[in-house]
Amino acid sequence: MDAAVTSVPNAGSNPAPHPAPATPAEPATAPMDAGSGGGRPRPTPGGAGRKGRRGRQGGAGPRGRARRENLAGYLFMSPWIAGFLLLTAGPMVASLYFAFTDYNLFDAPRWIGFDNFTEMFGDPRWRTSVEVTSWYVVIGTPLKLAAALGVALLLNQSRRGQGFYRAAFYAPSLVGASVSVAIVWRALFSDGAAVDRGQQFLGMEAGGWIGDPDRIIYSLVALTVWQFGAPMVIFLAGLKQVPRELYEAAEVDGAGPWRRFWSITLPMISPVLFFNVLLETIHSFQIFGSAYIIGSQGNACGPADGTLVYTCYLYIQGFENSRMGLASAMAWMLLLAVALVTAFLFWSQRRWVHYEEGAR
Amino acid sequence: MSLVRTRTGARTGAGRSAGSLAWHLGALAVLAVILYPVVWVIGGSFKPNDEIVGSLSLFPAEPVTDNYRRLADGIADIPITTFFGNSLFLAVGSVIGVVLSSSLAAYAFAKVRFAGRGLLFTAMIGTLLLPYHVLLIPQYVLFQKLELINTYTPLLIGKYLATDAFFVFLMLQFMRGLPKELDEAARLDGCGHLRTYWSIVLPLCRPALITSAIFTFINAWNDFMGPLIYLNEPEKYTVSLGLKMFVDQDGVANYGGMIAMSLVALLPVVAFFLAFQRYLIDGMATSGLKG
Repeated sequence: MDAAVTSVPNAGSNPAPHPAPATPAEPATAPMDAGSGGGRPRPTPGGAGRKGRRGRQGGAGPRGRARRENLAGYLFMSPWIAGFLLLTAGPMVASLYFAFTDYNLFDAPRWIGFDNFTEMFGDPRWRTSVEVTSWYVVIGTPLKLAAALGVALLLNQSRRGQGFYRAAFYAPSLVGASVSVAIVWRALFSDGAAVDRGQQFLGMEAGGWIGDPDRIIYSLVALTVWQFGAPMVIFLAGLKQVPRELYEAAEVDGAGPWRRFWSITLPMISPVLFFNVLLETIHSFQIFGSAYIIGSQGNACGPADGTLVYTCYLYIQGFENSRMGLASAMAWMLLLAVALVTAFLFWSQRRWVHYEEGAR
Repeated sequence: MSLVRTRTGARTGAGRSAGSLAWHLGALAVLAVILYPVVWVIGGSFKPNDEIVGSLSLFPAEPVTDNYRRLADGIADIPITTFFGNSLFLAVGSVIGVVLSSSLAAYAFAKVRFAGRGLLFTAMIGTLLLPYHVLLIPQYVLFQKLELINTYTPLLIGKYLATDAFFVFLMLQFMRGLPKELDEAARLDGCGHLRTYWSIVLPLCRPALITSAIFTFINAWNDFMGPLIYLNEPEKYTVSLGLKMFVDQDGVANYGGMIAMSLVALLPVVAFFLAFQRYLIDGMATSGLKG
């Protein structure tokens, strides 16, 4: 029994004790409830149900047990349920309502129909924020994932120092979103600093990226690519699951490294790739702190709106201009965009994500 | 360790060592890119203020400790220790909340068969992908109506109500991996769910709890948006906001103090990473595979 337990947590060199990707919907298919066919459980005939608290095998019967399970379940779930209603579901409904109102936090919200949305679409700054964010997502995420996959392939060969490199490469993911790193980034990419000197060395007299509204976004892209460690760790775990026999067989058949990568590695890790694409894309849409600090020069989010990412503009409208209604409308547009991208990814996965049969 | 038989297995000894050299060169090149900003900030924090941005050498010719000594003056008359104390309070408070509330919810999903479990699970997974910003405005309105702005309550309450689905999910996956016989045996011995949770499942879940605790600590320590929105009195500021004050106050003029404080602010995170990196990396890897 002990062996079975310890094999799960301290997996050590094998970071992925669980064999295969499982779909999130799993528990829905699990047996939901023993014996409560619907409605509230009634006391069992013979009056035994009442004293079911102690006699577990004896008088309780399935009904009493189901009721106890329900009670225990909802007691254990009560913090989560309170949090869900109070901090998630309730606010979402409120936010949807605010999106159609003019609301400054102090006067009562005033219903204005679709005016917030009309104003938003007509606002050049809003369009700038959409542009900046899209640019960041479209450039940053693929670069980051490519770096993650490339380095994961490198580290997947077992050599001395592999564990050290894995840990070292992962570390930036933990600190990358902090204000500290944003400050360092600002310094590194400013005029006359390391990156600028590097450009000069290559013969480019372009100046630092921080002062340039057109290029400051690339310092943000560089920052997200620097944090490739988290998806890399996930890729590595996926790569470890690919059966060696496949490569050996392919090699015997004369397949070169590229062929092996395209025909074996990529299909075999496509579920992990899908997960990484989904997660990183959703995260990219929500970048805030780094953009705020890196662009901070007198005003937040960039010289000439260079790092005016979507959430930055949402923050400005909501908390600097007290336009809670407009900011809510913006938040719902963000949710819609994220939902569309998520839906698209889930739709497209049928074409390129390969789930192994038998692995569930 | 079955990986020893890799693709290179069939090659000759000479080819193998050349491959090994190339591998180490590649890995070292990546390491250099990763570490450059770190080494730069360490070196920079010991440089005189006017040399920090412009000088090309990573380390100063003559190291000075001015930047660190300037930290003793605090920012806008507030001692640096205040910010660190506030951040520590929030981070530890968050850890306690997340470990307790998330493990309760995870236990219910994993071990209790209650009606509606599937529905609640779907809702939980839904919040996993929900962009936090949709809740930003209405939550602020709620806390403003409750007169809780400029307190730590808005920053902590979610942690005690298991709103971070990632940790519920992480613990849930771990609990599912525990052998069923254990809680069945506990039940036969007369343990109720509370006993089973507290005395059997929780101790066995220590790795998942540690992973969640460290991630929570780091996230709370790094958090910028929450404190930015909810705190408006400098005495209550966290380290992140203290740094922001530094940026607002000195701009590019005083990188020295800023960089020294940035480095100090990163130390707890680095310490946690060095002590628990295996838990963090395994937790990350597992979350990916089960997602």
